[in-house]
Amino acid sequence: MTWTPTPYRVATRTVETHDTVTLALRPVAESLPAFLPGQFAMIYAHGVGEIPISISAIPGDGTLVHTIRAVGAVSKALHDAEPGTVLGVRGPFGTAWRLDGVEDLLVVAGGIGLAPLRPVLGHPSKHTLLIAGARTPQDLLYQAELTQLSDVDTVLTVDHGDDDWQGRVGFVTEPLASVPLDPERTTALLCGPEPMMRFCARTLLGRGVPAERIQVSLERNMQCGAGLCGHCQLGPLLLCREGPVTGYPVAEPLLLAKEL
Amino acid sequence: MTNRVLDLGGLDALIGVLREDGRVVVGPVLRDNAITLAELESAADLPGGWGVETGPGHYRVRRRADTAVFGHSAGPQSWKRFLHPPRRTLVTSDGNGFRAAPDPAPDYAFLGVRPCDLAAIAKLRQVIGGRKPFVVAAQCTEPGEVCFCASMGCGPAAGPGYDIALTERIDEQGQRFLATGGTDEGAAVLDRVPARRATPEDTALAEQDVQAAARTMGRAMPELDLRDLLAANRDSAHWEAVAERCLTCGNCTMVCPTCFCVSVEDHTDLDGTAERAQRWASCFEIDFSYLHGGAVRTSPAARYRQWMTHKLGTWHDQFGTSGCVGCGRCIAWCPAGIDITEEAAALTREHGGEQR
Repeated sequence: MTWTPTPYRVATRTVETHDTVTLALRPVAESLPAFLPGQFAMIYAHGVGEIPISISAIPGDGTLVHTIRAVGAVSKALHDAEPGTVLGVRGPFGTAWRLDGVEDLLVVAGGIGLAPLRPVLGHPSKHTLLIAGARTPQDLLYQAELTQLSDVDTVLTVDHGDDDWQGRVGFVTEPLASVPLDPERTTALLCGPEPMMRFCARTLLGRGVPAERIQVSLERNMQCGAGLCGHCQLGPLLLCREGPVTGYPVAEPLLLAKEL
Repeated sequence: MTNRVLDLGGLDALIGVLREDGRVVVGPVLRDNAITLAELESAADLPGGWGVETGPGHYRVRRRADTAVFGHSAGPQSWKRFLHPPRRTLVTSDGNGFRAAPDPAPDYAFLGVRPCDLAAIAKLRQVIGGRKPFVVAAQCTEPGEVCFCASMGCGPAAGPGYDIALTERIDEQGQRFLATGGTDEGAAVLDRVPARRATPEDTALAEQDVQAAARTMGRAMPELDLRDLLAANRDSAHWEAVAERCLTCGNCTMVCPTCFCVSVEDHTDLDGTAERAQRWASCFEIDFSYLHGGAVRTSPAARYRQWMTHKLGTWHDQFGTSGCVGCGRCIAWCPAGIDITEEAAALTREHGGEQR
């Protein structure tokens, strides 16, 4: 493990929503090993700090694509990074979404949780169903792109609509409870706030999807990426190594304990 | 390997040989009314004639009736501060590129490493890596009141990992140290130190002293699977009871010889350069579990549970061994006198079920 970041330059900066951008990063000289969907990088803004950010697209040419929501000092600095800015990147870290032998793929995302799931939407499974939720229509990510995805059925929902919103209003659990799915063939990938993932998993278990075929992406404070700093512990797990993608049989008891 | 017997002059020569080879020799010294760890130039720096008196929330040095140099149990510092310094620069940045900070650690020889701390060094290095120090262990013949290494399987006899093990004895034949080489390197160093061959009686006496120490240990962990106990008690009401006493000061994590957590801090300079440095962190700090929106573990109960569960339970899941060596520092240096063995016993009484 190295603490020394590799310099990457912001190639493009795409505004996604009022507080979220997608940065495409190109290596200044050396590049990092390839990332898998679900894995994350530690991204450093000069003089401000370093935070974990999931990979949100894998173009295959060594470009790193990250979608960043400005919520704190470092994410704000990264959000504001104009093309040409040099950032430091370490990684890839963590576990990837397990897609071997997937038949029907069910992807459920809440808010910025859609970013780490975006790379799997191109997965050649037989059938992909995406249920994505956000607080308001203004918070929905990748809207134009999602409508253009072939082979993906998309259900969008918002907690609070507005005058222009013609779509669903409500939590992702509502469509999840009623969409047609074959529990025998479904693999579910969940990413969003912990209560959202818990309720989604409960709904899926109730519909007969086995816990072994539910994967969640968990989050804790991360500073090193290599199990050295101790911050990302969730019970027995060091989430930078054994996560962020975790099977639900392991995650469930940990998510049920308060303040773990 | 043949055991040797050194007198105090021999111990002084041992320090000299280690220094001659370019090592920084670190060992116990008396400073500020505590046995601390510092560079040794000779055996005269050792705390001869000083012992300690410990208890929950209590530590005092005391004059001994004899001149023993290793007659004290674990002090406020551990070897962690040398292998894993409290603050270390990791990387510097000029905005366009990064430079790894050099590791300034010298070639260390640790002298007077108690068996609990020998085990702690192995556990710490398993997590953080780094160069192996040369270790001269001092087997424990006089445990303190807060010690429970025997019940953690980490003492009072020195386990593997030492280059040389010493057992100090003072009787009518005077003050002497039975020296055992644990590695070829250790044996080669011993060959250069004036010493006599140990008789079978010397070795038998040393073994007898160490065995006797196991029986005078002040405390013990309950005899059951602590990992199972803690995994089964995430929701125990007992955590609230501890939290009523715990000040969440983090002393236990600072004095613990295996607590390895660090936070990374950023510092900027007016010249535009920036530095990233790690410093010891504690799971008792609110910000330790900070995520956007707030900390995960806000209540003292959750933070104490995290510390104790990691130390005795989930360390097994992460590293295949316990994180505790039974040195007792967390008991002595807790300002509220919280005793991890007593908390484990309370959990066992309330929820533990069958004893092993």
